[in-house]
Amino acid sequence: MAAKLHLEIVSPDRVFLDEEVDMAVVRTASGDVGLMNEHIPMVAPVAVGRIKIVQEGKVREAACADGVLKIRGDHALVITEAVEWIEEIDIQRARKARERAEERLKAKSDQVDIDRAKAALTKALNRIQQYEHHQK
Amino acid sequence: MAGLGMRDIKRRIKSVKSTRQITKAMEMVASAKLRKTRGRLEESRPFTRAWKQAVLGFLGELQGTEHPLVTPRETIKKTGYIVIAGSRGLCGGYNTNVVKQAWEHMQEKKATCVVTVGQKSWEYFSRREVEVPRSFLGLAEVPDFIDAQEIRRFCLEKYQAGEVDEIYLVYTNFESTISYKPKVLKLIPLDEEALETCFHTDKSLMEEEQMRHEAAVKDDWELTIYEPSDAEVLGRVVPGYLDSMIYGGLMESAVSEQAARRVAMESATSNAEDMIDKLQLQYNRARQAAITQEIAEIVGGAEALK
Repeated sequence: MAAKLHLEIVSPDRVFLDEEVDMAVVRTASGDVGLMNEHIPMVAPVAVGRIKIVQEGKVREAACADGVLKIRGDHALVITEAVEWIEEIDIQRARKARERAEERLKAKSDQVDIDRAKAALTKALNRIQQYEHHQK
Repeated sequence: MAGLGMRDIKRRIKSVKSTRQITKAMEMVASAKLRKTRGRLEESRPFTRAWKQAVLGFLGELQGTEHPLVTPRETIKKTGYIVIAGSRGLCGGYNTNVVKQAWEHMQEKKATCVVTVGQKSWEYFSRREVEVPRSFLGLAEVPDFIDAQEIRRFCLEKYQAGEVDEIYLVYTNFESTISYKPKVLKLIPLDEEALETCFHTDKSLMEEEQMRHEAAVKDDWELTIYEPSDAEVLGRVVPGYLDSMIYGGLMESAVSEQAARRVAMESATSNAEDMIDKLQLQYNRARQAAITQEIAEIVGGAEALK
């Protein structure tokens, strides 16, 4: 077994993860990136999406919002504004957020509100998708 | 107060006692809130710190990259400030210290405008000859990340529209339950030096980072890929970073406010106690004097009857 990668994920309200993992897949602005130990040093923006973590053959998944990924040697850091395990997703809240965002998109307002509603919608949809995917 | 009669003193004791009760209650409320917000602060610090370290790393590596958020503008026509203060008083010098610090800093700038956060900050700046383009009032006692994003959105727009050419964040840094200092941080354009001195620098974290960097250099890996491109990464990452700094400022300030209130109320309570002691002594003296006088009168009266 190759050496492990130390993965740290932090969000505003907690240190989400600070553990050794075998592999992680993080969605960046330019697509999913697989991370393992000795990855080439890289910095990339993290997009709304999923983080997949492989630990001792077990797979864990989390829904993640915007942020940044930084990896160097055996240490990877993901800083994001929101992250939760798929099991933790509050589906009711996500659905409500989706409705709210959709309503706001329908009510034609200025560009700022539209951008914001779109961002909220992306996040809500991401959570719902992941949740439903997990339920199957 | 020498001329006070017994009844007046009694009344004063009663009034001071009720004041003490209030300050005591407020002290207890403040310490409960302090504990709560402090817990949240401790949880949020790794986030702020991680952003700080990461951005310091970027700035070091991307030296020379031209980006509107990193490269200072040639002429600074107007300076923007975000001043975070509390929404209530009765917390010692907390509010005054932070707004004064901001005010002093502003005197060196040609033209300024202030985005105020918190009632007290607004009260101070709205009375002065300063432009206040927007004020954020009624934020919760435990700040939310969404508040920080809201503030950032507004300020970044102002910057991008060219209405301000630099932005400073003024907040109160919580150092311990008895020590909190107002701080001024240059937010935009990103400034390496300013960043290094703000928030808590974790020495061990810095050293760890340094070691990792050295190891990377040794392995001939010093070249970090910025995906998709340097400018793109900065453009997408900086807003998130600003959120974290503003959020950090809000958190530090919120905890400082509770700590300041607790200390202020604690000293108010002890002052009230001292006062009660003094008044009680006066009251006893007055009572003794009255009794002595009465006895003297009786004795005098009895003498006269003989």
